[in-house]
Amino acid sequence: MAAEKNVGLVLLNSSLSPFGQRCSIALAEKGLPHEYVEEDLAAKSDLLLRSNPIYKQVPVLLHDGRTIIESLIILQYLDEAFPDTRPLLPTDPYERAQARFWADYVDKKVYGCGSRLYMIKGEPQVPANIEMAGILKTLEGELGEKEFFGGEHGFGFLDIALVPFSTWFESFDKFWGVGVAEVAPKLAAWAARCMERESVSKNVFSPEKVSDFIGEMRKDLGIE
Amino acid sequence: MSEAVKVIGTRFSAFSHRAEVALRLKGVPYELIAEDLDNKSELLLRSNPVHGGKVPVLLHSDRAIPESLVIIEYVDEAFAGPPILPMDPHDRAAARFWAEFLDPKHLWRQLWLALWAADADARRRFREEAKTSLALLEAELGDRRFFAGDGIGYFDVAASGLAYWLAAMEEVAGVSIMADDEFPGLCRWAKEYTASETVKGCLPDWDELVAGYAASTEKFKLVAQQGL
Repeated sequence: MAAEKNVGLVLLNSSLSPFGQRCSIALAEKGLPHEYVEEDLAAKSDLLLRSNPIYKQVPVLLHDGRTIIESLIILQYLDEAFPDTRPLLPTDPYERAQARFWADYVDKKVYGCGSRLYMIKGEPQVPANIEMAGILKTLEGELGEKEFFGGEHGFGFLDIALVPFSTWFESFDKFWGVGVAEVAPKLAAWAARCMERESVSKNVFSPEKVSDFIGEMRKDLGIE
Repeated sequence: MSEAVKVIGTRFSAFSHRAEVALRLKGVPYELIAEDLDNKSELLLRSNPVHGGKVPVLLHSDRAIPESLVIIEYVDEAFAGPPILPMDPHDRAAARFWAEFLDPKHLWRQLWLALWAADADARRRFREEAKTSLALLEAELGDRRFFAGDGIGYFDVAASGLAYWLAAMEEVAGVSIMADDEFPGLCRWAKEYTASETVKGCLPDWDELVAGYAASTEKFKLVAQQGL
């Protein structure tokens, strides 16, 4: 195998993190060689703590020693620092604004509601379920008939922002009765199409792994 | 053919202000459609249905762009004029990172709770947290006139809430968080920012702002309760 050209990239990550998975997918889509460091979140490395002293979190991208933090910021950085690679964001300013708006929505709503769902069981789940179903339907509305959220641009920024959460969909059903295939069938179909891409299937957690992980966490919290 | 540019917003909101300043920095004429947030217009609700009519929304011809930071980037990319974000990719990433740091998840949450949390101990705790965060910004600013250098840039616009609206809230809440003795750099920056020609014309009247906040304290405390 030919040696990969070193472009000075290091990704500090945890394979558990959907935010980190976004970065791995983006690097794969762009064909960018990089060193990958799997962090133990219970015993964070000096490098991680030095690189991200404010949040002490993964993912962190290092490029020739300079630090870039926050997954969506990392994705935009990769577009801007490596303009000869496949772009993640479209070129039209309005389409870019829409991609950024919806990626922010994914962070606020999908992650926000999803992480709250983890913690509850029984009665309080009902409003959170309805909220999550609403969020999924809204995203489906944005997808419309497109193959990917990127539309004519193809699999892109917003697809990558959302896809790591798509393997949570099965867990939404198993633990909280939110059946994505019923509530948002086009979104479920989109998720399946994304999984056909090697960049995605190699980097996201399988639905089974997510389900096991959530099950374990809920047991630890005394919920199950 | 000119395409009409409008901002649906209110000068009571520092977020809405970001949209106005971005357009002014770029030299783009626009109309402000002032909203009463207790009585939102059909236009606003239609233009930002996803977030229930949150301001600001930028209207450019037939396009509606909500979310203030998304608006700043759109204005930078869609219109010709001096750049708002820095040119270097790493500097752009850093500016975006600091803007996120201000976000209601982080610094503005700490500030809000320091101002409006019901419990005095909680207010004290969040005041210390907010000061720790402000110290990071003080260090980031250093000796520079603005965060972006000699002129106003992306992060100065993103941080504008700290330059004016925060002081009005401090006055109403009767608490001092970003004080001159602890944050001389940030206070100097705040004066420079609000005195600039670009910004002066779109600041709300101070007395009206303070009066508006004074009338809203119950609402603010409710938001604080939900945030804890």
